[in-house]
Amino acid sequence: MPTLQEIALKTDGADARIVSGHRMCSGCGIGPLIKTVLAASDKPVIVLNATGCLEVTTSVYPFTAWNTPWMHLTFENAAAVAAGVESAYRSLKRRGKIDSEVNILAVGGDGGTYDIGFQALSGALERKHKFMYLVYDNEGYMNTGNQRSGATPFGASTTTVPAGKVSNGKPQWRKNLVEIVAAHRIPYVGQAAVHNTLDLYKKAQKGFNADGPAVLAVLQPCTTNWSFDPALTMQYSKLAVETNFWPLYEIENGVVHVNTKPSNRKPIEEFLKGQTRFRHLFKPGNEHVIVEMQKMIDDEWARLLKLEESGIQF
Amino acid sequence: MSERKTWQELELGVELPAATSLGYKTGGWRVLRPVWNASECIHCMICVNYCPDMAIPVTKSEEGVAGKGGRLFKGVVRLETNLDYCKGCGICAHECPTKCLSMIREEEAEQASCKL
Repeated sequence: MPTLQEIALKTDGADARIVSGHRMCSGCGIGPLIKTVLAASDKPVIVLNATGCLEVTTSVYPFTAWNTPWMHLTFENAAAVAAGVESAYRSLKRRGKIDSEVNILAVGGDGGTYDIGFQALSGALERKHKFMYLVYDNEGYMNTGNQRSGATPFGASTTTVPAGKVSNGKPQWRKNLVEIVAAHRIPYVGQAAVHNTLDLYKKAQKGFNADGPAVLAVLQPCTTNWSFDPALTMQYSKLAVETNFWPLYEIENGVVHVNTKPSNRKPIEEFLKGQTRFRHLFKPGNEHVIVEMQKMIDDEWARLLKLEESGIQF
Repeated sequence: MSERKTWQELELGVELPAATSLGYKTGGWRVLRPVWNASECIHCMICVNYCPDMAIPVTKSEEGVAGKGGRLFKGVVRLETNLDYCKGCGICAHECPTKCLSMIREEEAEQASCKL
């Protein structure tokens, strides 16, 4: 069992895999997220980073916050390059030119994963390359100023689906990436949240040790574009789990396991409150949007529990 | 045209030194400064793991350090926040279970340190 003490020791100091001095926003959850995931590997890690917040903030020339082999890639090809790196590594190993064990980690935001990088990801999963894909999901193109993505939730106002007289924000429900990637019959898929360090660490360990491709989706509340006090990042992550908006579960060799079952499911308003992107939902006349959202969340949760209970394999 | 090379003969791409961002101090972004009351701390490591800027150093202490209620905490313990990198988000103070961290305005901290 990992402890917070062990993780703290691994993520601290100038010899950690990612170090201080990066330029993420004050209170950004990507920092704790990536340092925890990187600490979960006991082998050297090669990081393939799609364009996104993490990439632009850690690699401002001439500085780099990375202390591990790292490559910057475009939005669409992080998984494709991870597949190439993995193939090259296997080839070098087979020919006896390299004998060390490594882990390969591709990282992308939700824009680079749900939308633009999706076909490369699907291809790499289908070819069963042994790597882990990490998606930090801040529910939009936050690096460029809050545009809608496939991960943006129903009812959120963004610059490309703004709420106003005729619109209540995004009219569609978000994609369920975890189930989509699980349909590739890969050994491990996990959904974690940044506030639950131990759960995230254990899932990252399982992903790195999986015998084939693994995907880890992590919720990352965006202080800048969800517009809340930077001190509340972990609070919003917690609320997302406690309202069942972002259930913590994993699909291991096709079997669904729900890790956290909130005994007292909080109403979704508690998560929506204080976020500018949902501000319009609290105006008179928009109550039906919240009701609809609550129903969707409850239906999804009931479906997830049924999936777990039935034991049907993905 | 110069002599053609095969792909095996090509030179490696750009290789930059690692972890150079340590030279870029982000502490200047701070509006609020975390103040740590070590005598109330239980060294639970929540603040360390949550810190977005890896600005809370830890060390292994064999002899132990005094924390909440005068108890001796051995093993991994936290140290004073590194203000060179802390951006003052306040996550540590908000999540601290014993409330041993508080946020004060940077100018107040500066003035307090300049008093004769």
